[in-house]
Amino acid sequence: MLQFLQNLGKTTRSSFAKLGRASFFLTHTLAGINEVLARPNLLFKQMYSVGVLSFLIITISGLFVGMVLGLQGFNILSDFGAEESLGVMVAASLVRELGPVVAALLFAGRAGSALTAEIGLMKATEQLSGMEMMAVDPIKRIISPRFMAGFISMPLLAALFSAIGIMGGHMVGVGMLGVDDGAFWSQMQASIDFQEDIINGMLKSVVFGFVVSWIALFEGYDAIPTSEGVSRATTRTVVNSAFSVLALDFILTALMFGDI
Amino acid sequence: MANSASPEDNIVSISNLSFSRGPRKIFDGISLDIQRGKITAIMGPSGTGKTTLLKLIGGQLAPDRGQIHVDGQNVHRLSTKDLYALRKRMGMLFQSGALLTDMNVYNNVAFPLREHTHLPESMIRSLVLMKLQAVGLRGARHLMPNELSGGMARRVALARAIALDPLMIMYDEPFTGQDPISMGALVHLIKSLNTTLSLTSIIVSHDVQETAAIADYIYVLSEGKIIGQGSPQELQQSDSAWVQQFMHGDADGPVHFHYPAADYLDDLLSSK
Repeated sequence: MLQFLQNLGKTTRSSFAKLGRASFFLTHTLAGINEVLARPNLLFKQMYSVGVLSFLIITISGLFVGMVLGLQGFNILSDFGAEESLGVMVAASLVRELGPVVAALLFAGRAGSALTAEIGLMKATEQLSGMEMMAVDPIKRIISPRFMAGFISMPLLAALFSAIGIMGGHMVGVGMLGVDDGAFWSQMQASIDFQEDIINGMLKSVVFGFVVSWIALFEGYDAIPTSEGVSRATTRTVVNSAFSVLALDFILTALMFGDI
Repeated sequence: MANSASPEDNIVSISNLSFSRGPRKIFDGISLDIQRGKITAIMGPSGTGKTTLLKLIGGQLAPDRGQIHVDGQNVHRLSTKDLYALRKRMGMLFQSGALLTDMNVYNNVAFPLREHTHLPESMIRSLVLMKLQAVGLRGARHLMPNELSGGMARRVALARAIALDPLMIMYDEPFTGQDPISMGALVHLIKSLNTTLSLTSIIVSHDVQETAAIADYIYVLSEGKIIGQGSPQELQQSDSAWVQQFMHGDADGPVHFHYPAADYLDDLLSSK
C-alpha cells in the first residue's frame, strides 16, 4: 500500500513537472513566432515537409473514408427512402467530425512522429546544443517554424480531407449507386451551414493542429537523447496526440453543437 | 591560484566551482585559470566531467557553487541576451561535430554568419571558403554531413566554430576515434589556428600524447578535484603517482586494474 502511494506521488509529481516544462516550452515557442514571420523562408521549408508531404496520405485516406460513407449512408438512408439526402450526410459527417479528427490523427502519425524523431535526434546528436553554443536559440530557430507550419497546415489538410471525402461519397453514391446528382449537391448546399458546420469544423482543426504540433515538438525536445529515448518519445507523440484529439473533439463538439 | 599570470591575462577564470548531478559530485570546489592566447588542456579519465566543465564555461549548465568568469564577465549572472553575445565570441567543437544534418558543408559553415550578420551573400561566400581552406576542405563544400568521415566532420565543425572569429575555442575530445592521419591533421590544425588567429584554446581530452604535444598548460582532473597541473614537461616529471599513471597510461597504480573484490584464492575455493 505504502509502495503504491509512493509510486502514485512520484508519477503525479513527474507529470506536473512535465506539464510545467511543456508550458514553458510553449511560451518560448510562441515568443519565437515573430522571428518566423520575419524570415518566411524558414516557415515555407517546414510547411513543405509538414504539410505538403502529408498531402498524399490525406488525399487517399479522405477518398476512401468518403467512399465508405457513401456506401454505408446509402444503405441506411435507402431504408427510409431518403437516399437523396446522401450528400448532406456525407458532407456533414466529414465537415463536422471526420475531416478534422481523422486528418488530425493521420497528421499525428505522419508529420507528428517525424517531427518528434527529427527533434529528438537533433538533440541526441548535439545539434541543438551546438546551436545554443553558436548563440542561436534552437527553440526560435528550429521549433517555432515547425510549430507554425503544423498549426497552418492542419486546417488546410482537414479541409482537403473533407473535400476529397465528399468527392469519394459522390463517386460511390451518384456514380455507382444511382443517387440523383442534382439532389446530392442541392440538398448538401441547402443544409450545410457555413458558420455552423464549416467554420466550426475548421476551428476544431485549428485546435488540433495547435495541440498535435505542441505535443510532437515538445516530446522531441524533452526526449532522452538515446535511440531508445527517441523511440519512446515518438510513440508518446502518436498516443498522446490521439488521446488529446479525441478528448478535445468531444469537448469542442459539446461546446459547438451540443446543448450541454 | 593555478597559473602565475595576472588576472587580465586570463580569459577564463574559475573559482571554487562545485557541481553535482543528482547525488553524484562532479566538481568539488575546483579553481583554475585559462591564459589568453595559450592552449590549455583539461585532462582526466572518462567520466570526470570534462565535457560538463565546457558546458559550465559556455553557460549551458549552472554551477551549484562558485563562479566562472569569461573575458571578465560572470557567465551565470548574465542575461540571456548578454550570454548569447558572449557565446558569439566563443567557439565550441563538439565531439560529434554537431553539424546540422539537413545542410551541406558550405551552408553549415555559413550558418553562424547568416544568423548573426547581415553580410551580403558574396562576402559570406568568401568567408566560408577562407574558413574551409583553413581546414583543408574547400573542395568538400558540396558534401552533406552524412558523406563525411568522422575526421572531416570535425574539421568542418572547426571551420564553423571559427566562422565568427571568436576569442577562444573549446574542443571537446577532438582526437577520440580518429585514425592517425585525421588525428595528425587535427593536432596540426588546433596548433596552427591558435597561433594564426590569436585564439585561446581549451582542449578537453584523455589522449595524452596528442594533447601534451600542443598544450602549453595542462590540468589533470580526477574525482571532482584537480590532482595535477603544469606544463606537459612538468607533469611528465610529477611526483604524484596518480599523474604518473595517467600520463604514462599504466594499467595498474593508484587507479587499480582490479575492481575491488574478495581475495582471489578464497573466492575460487568458496562454493558461493
